[in-house]
Amino acid sequence: MADLTTDFVGIKSPNPFWLASAPPTDKEYNVRRAFEAGWGGVVWKTLGAEGPPVVNVNGPRYGAIYGADRRLLGLNNIELITDRPLETNLEEMARVKADYPDHALIASIMVPCEEEAWKAILPRVAETGADGIELNFGCPHGMSERGMGAAVGQVPEYIEMVTRWCKTYYDKPVIVKLTPNITDIRKPAQAAKNGGADAVSLINTINSITSVDLDQMAPQPTIDGKGSHGGYCGPAVKPIALSMVSEIARDAETRGLPISGIGGVTTWRDAAEFISLGCGSVQVCTAAMTYGFRVVEEMKRGLSAWMDEKGYASVSEVVGRAVPNVTDWQYLNLDYVTKARIDQEACIQCGRCYAACEDTSHQAIAMKPGRVFEVIDEECVACNLCVDVCPVENCISMVELAPGEVDPRTGRTVSGEYANWTTHPNNPMAVKAAE
Amino acid sequence: MPDPLTPGIAAGRLAPQEIASNFADLHPALDLHEARVAADRCYFCYDAPCVEACPTEIDIPLFIRQIANGQSEAAGETILEQNVLGGMCARVCPTEDLCEGACVREIAEGKPVEIGRLQRHATDSVMARQGHPFTRARSTGKRVAVVGAGPAGLSCAHRLATKGHDVTIYEARERPGGLNEYGIAAYKSVDGFAQREVNWLLEIGGITIEYGRALGSDLSVEGLASEFDAVFLGVGLADVNALGIEGDERDGVENAVSWIADLRQASDLTSLPVGRNVVVIGGGMTAIDAGVQAKLLGAENVTIAYRRSRDRMGASEFEQDLAASKGVRIVCNAQPKAIHGNGAATEIELEYTADDGSGLRGTGETMRLPADQVFRAIGQAFVPAAGLDLDGSKLRVTEAGRTTMAKVWAGGDCTKGDDLTVVAVAEGRDAAEDIHAELTGATLAATGAVLGEAARGAEA
Repeated sequence: MADLTTDFVGIKSPNPFWLASAPPTDKEYNVRRAFEAGWGGVVWKTLGAEGPPVVNVNGPRYGAIYGADRRLLGLNNIELITDRPLETNLEEMARVKADYPDHALIASIMVPCEEEAWKAILPRVAETGADGIELNFGCPHGMSERGMGAAVGQVPEYIEMVTRWCKTYYDKPVIVKLTPNITDIRKPAQAAKNGGADAVSLINTINSITSVDLDQMAPQPTIDGKGSHGGYCGPAVKPIALSMVSEIARDAETRGLPISGIGGVTTWRDAAEFISLGCGSVQVCTAAMTYGFRVVEEMKRGLSAWMDEKGYASVSEVVGRAVPNVTDWQYLNLDYVTKARIDQEACIQCGRCYAACEDTSHQAIAMKPGRVFEVIDEECVACNLCVDVCPVENCISMVELAPGEVDPRTGRTVSGEYANWTTHPNNPMAVKAAE
Repeated sequence: MPDPLTPGIAAGRLAPQEIASNFADLHPALDLHEARVAADRCYFCYDAPCVEACPTEIDIPLFIRQIANGQSEAAGETILEQNVLGGMCARVCPTEDLCEGACVREIAEGKPVEIGRLQRHATDSVMARQGHPFTRARSTGKRVAVVGAGPAGLSCAHRLATKGHDVTIYEARERPGGLNEYGIAAYKSVDGFAQREVNWLLEIGGITIEYGRALGSDLSVEGLASEFDAVFLGVGLADVNALGIEGDERDGVENAVSWIADLRQASDLTSLPVGRNVVVIGGGMTAIDAGVQAKLLGAENVTIAYRRSRDRMGASEFEQDLAASKGVRIVCNAQPKAIHGNGAATEIELEYTADDGSGLRGTGETMRLPADQVFRAIGQAFVPAAGLDLDGSKLRVTEAGRTTMAKVWAGGDCTKGDDLTVVAVAEGRDAAEDIHAELTGATLAATGAVLGEAARGAEA
């Protein structure tokens, strides 16, 4: 049985599955139940400064995007940080941490971008015994209008500044949570690192309007006829999160900076993918909000079973394994040639590959009598669209041409050598091979 | 109180509530969520096999996608444009032999997209709304006679009416609908659906129906052809094949179609007599409909005897399974030899058959089954009309439904092809298109000639 225990910048947890700072972690009752259900850690719902807490809307807070059978694919929210008094949250955190010393408990914080505000709250958080803090520089709605959340996360200088304050007034790990609502995710990550952050976590939610109520002519969720953009999360955002995580994992300036991965983690496989791209832990929210806390059980068993199958003894062995294989387009091997192959036994003759290729790609699939679909190698550029639209898994596959074989489309023989764009004759900037 | 063991033929063998439950909707309608889930399974195939398998060529992937995207009524209109009796077809089509049999998910998983039930959901949605989705074109002043208010005639009439022609339907019986009203099993068309559908169809306007008017006595094809601009015959099959065996005339021996018609018209099913031991002779849908309904009315034993092997049965596999699930026994390779009794039937003698490739013959071995009610369901026959050529035992028609007599078209069961509602609808519709082309084309040709003369005149 693979070891799922995790040590993330000194924060220990029985497994890498943490609940992200969000509605599920808003109070003691939830967090205790989450730990009992098997979650390895919890990032407490974001704390605000002392004083009257924020208030939330009293209409709908969430909007959703569905797949087949109302499977929730994406969720959008306009909820703010905790709307309970700071003192209440701190007392509860202290009690929970005392009762669950082996579980990770991290305090998420969002206070005004003033040194005094941070200086005031950090000692109080430290008193709870929490294992670390996460700086919420990500929320794209509501709080950002007040100069907090994403409004800070979008300005690398602010990130660096606040991170530095936190490192000054707090002696446990500081994790900086990044917003994806930015052009280049490496800049805020670099800023966090420069400020002394122990780690970054990403992604926070993405600016979104999930849908428009066509009767009210207003965005959903609709509050008395009006709507506001919210933060998008859930399975739909995973590809964006993976890309941003990989950018930080392989950037020269941030390489090696610990990452807690967030964004649509729903299954063990999602978690394994985030971990392989450099995440030392993963944070989950939408999956728990959709299926309840018990969903972690499948994630733990799945990750463990997969690690056993692959011979990985601990999570740390998996962290970052895929990072070396993330590269720039210009370094992809242009002499790697594949062709689509349709397994006629598996084919159910729906013709989706044909429609996709004929209407929108390279006219490289022939429809023959009896609804037999065959790839025309002379036209196939191996774009993979047929594979992607085929409803039958493994029915269509991309088969590599071996060195020496001729690509019927180009007439060129596959060399078997690695040859990328940087040396390609069509590239005006091509680098000449050494004489 | 009679019960299933009461000897002879008796009404009220089961309690009213049990009969009501037995005759409830065979496939209850999908609710909105069920429809969305079912619709999500459609792959939106290219040149979809289901469409090709539908005699009316409904754009199935399109209407299912419309349901999936929240427009069930629009989906219904997509169906009804192609098949104005799409509501009934959703209930009675042997979908496993047609659209659902061709569905790629049937190939993939043995579980096709539920096209029939989705079609019902969509068509029900349209019909639940007040009003009719189609409008008539400007009146052409042309008059067309349609004989028979069954699926073929109604389909033809509706299409003609939308084109602006005035249609008179002559119907022999008291109510419209043909076999939708007088045939098929009651549990496939509950709550008077056949009449509701006809009433809805007639909302197009321009169609009048004269009841109690049949070809022969006061109507003739020639007479109609001279009175109207075109004639469509959708007269169905008025005759029933006889068994041609000893005892065929005994009390208790009757035509399955007549008994089913009585059942469909009965206001109270507990008043409909049924035998204790019922034997149905035949292997088609009618045999199943009669056998299953006899069982549902409380017959103790129901046997369907078919002279050939099971794979030759006209009834679909679904229908055979339905019969089996209701406790109806299907005996294959057994042909009737005699019906015994003293006045009324008490027993049927069946002879086993074999087919060694040279034709079906009796083996000489026989068996006897108790039988106080025997239904003939060995097919119906077309009653020839004067002046029209036959193709085999049915009317000879072209693909567009033209008979050998000028101005006369035909379709439905009185012409060749599968005796299915959906086929009749397709034939009626296509004949209407051809009639329309003929009527308006003739007008256009005349106009062209006039224009030509005018042009020549201008030249001169």
